[in-house]
Amino acid sequence: MNASTEVYRLIAFLVGLIAFAALNAAYLVWLERKVCGHIQRRIGPKEVGPYGLLQPIADGIKLMTKQVMLPPQVDPVLFRIAPALVLIPAVMSFVVIPFSENLVAREINVGLLMVFAFASVNVLGLLVGGWGSANKYAVISAARCVSQNVAYEIPMLITVITMVMITGTMNLNEIVMQQPDITRWYVFRFTASPLAPVAFIIFFICSLAETNRAPFDLGEAESELIAGFHTEYSGMGFGLFFMGEYANIVIGTSLATILFLGGWQSPVPFIPGGWWWFLAKVYFLIFCVMWIRWTYPRTTLWGLLNLSWKILIPISLLNLLLTGGMLKLMPLAGGAG
Amino acid sequence: MPMLTPDGLAGLIFIFLAVVTLAGAFIAATALRLPRAVAGLALGFCGLAGIFYFLNSPFVALMELLIYVGAVCVAIVFAIMLADPGVEKARTARSTAIPAALSLPVGALFAWGLIILARNTMWPAPAAKLNPGDTVDIGHSLLTTYSMVFELISIVLLMAIIGALVLARKGRD
Repeated sequence: MNASTEVYRLIAFLVGLIAFAALNAAYLVWLERKVCGHIQRRIGPKEVGPYGLLQPIADGIKLMTKQVMLPPQVDPVLFRIAPALVLIPAVMSFVVIPFSENLVAREINVGLLMVFAFASVNVLGLLVGGWGSANKYAVISAARCVSQNVAYEIPMLITVITMVMITGTMNLNEIVMQQPDITRWYVFRFTASPLAPVAFIIFFICSLAETNRAPFDLGEAESELIAGFHTEYSGMGFGLFFMGEYANIVIGTSLATILFLGGWQSPVPFIPGGWWWFLAKVYFLIFCVMWIRWTYPRTTLWGLLNLSWKILIPISLLNLLLTGGMLKLMPLAGGAG
Repeated sequence: MPMLTPDGLAGLIFIFLAVVTLAGAFIAATALRLPRAVAGLALGFCGLAGIFYFLNSPFVALMELLIYVGAVCVAIVFAIMLADPGVEKARTARSTAIPAALSLPVGALFAWGLIILARNTMWPAPAAKLNPGDTVDIGHSLLTTYSMVFELISIVLLMAIIGALVLARKGRD
């Protein structure tokens, strides 16, 4: 492949990924409202289009035509760049996610690291937005978000390090290649780590907390903080925060799919693998995220931090030690470990 | 158009990244509001990460992002978070003419010294094959050639953790 086709391919992928992030956010909002409605024995949106399917488009038009207010006390520069700081890293992380064997914008050897590097910038966006708003609720919310993100990044990274020890690579496509059928999904790979399903659950909880989803949405606890860090944002400024949140949910569930559930590989031999499997697994996990959100009440900040520091971190450290011991005693046949 | 050759584009990208880094550093040094200074610092780190990526070391570039933007900047912001966000740094009453006049020759002298040093040092020959960000090689050198440094750094971190615990304990009882 020569240099110029590579450039065109990358541009096409970037446009596609941005479109995916936007459409996906729009329709996840619709799905969220439907799921929430049915869980609460309501119907959810139904007026705009069949099954309310055109609702996201109407919402989008509404958001874009609204005035973007700039309250008098805010820091104009930081206030404006914060929504972009939340969305851009999420879109950048999509660049290394393999949707199928060849459907990946840029395959790099340290893909896993890249996702985490960009995910860590997301917090900065929340902080800058909360602070730039010059609103005490927004500042409190930003402080909560940071303590939460710092607390949950530790068990998450320890779990990921455990997985990298098993896989022996940080290339996301190679990790998927090592899990050709359901018995070799890393969530069931007991020969590598007897706590593999626990690792999956820790990873999933941490990704819930990192994306500030209920029951961990202390940053935007409506009853106490109005809307948290995006209290002062109107119109598309708020829209970008929302898109960033949903893009981050997709990134988190994609990583869970890739690391533990075989990515785009088919679980059964008679159906070929491909992007459809990847999307099916990702959207199933997203459905679980919504299910959890509308089932459990919001935790307290105290309980949230205790869960991370007193339960998740010790268990993930134990898992790290156990996995290291297992790998030393019986090197994996399938993986590169 | 000479700009559109691969080398020309690479040069443009390098200049862009250098400008971003310097602009970030400039904002960090001159901003009157602390939040803006931290944002400038983060911008500078991003530019620096871009330069590392440009130099074919994606691993270092991503570590720069993960640690400096994602951890150091967030920690700084968190530390000064409880300050009033609207307060501007008080302008000092001292005359700035003498420091400004002094800083130029001192800075020039420093830059001249660095340039002399950079030009006269026997730099090791650049690696024949540029490392494609391979973590295996980095792991090997961290645990063989640089193991002493690696261990010393971890002792520093351990001391920092113990210090933080001691300080936090004091406030509690």
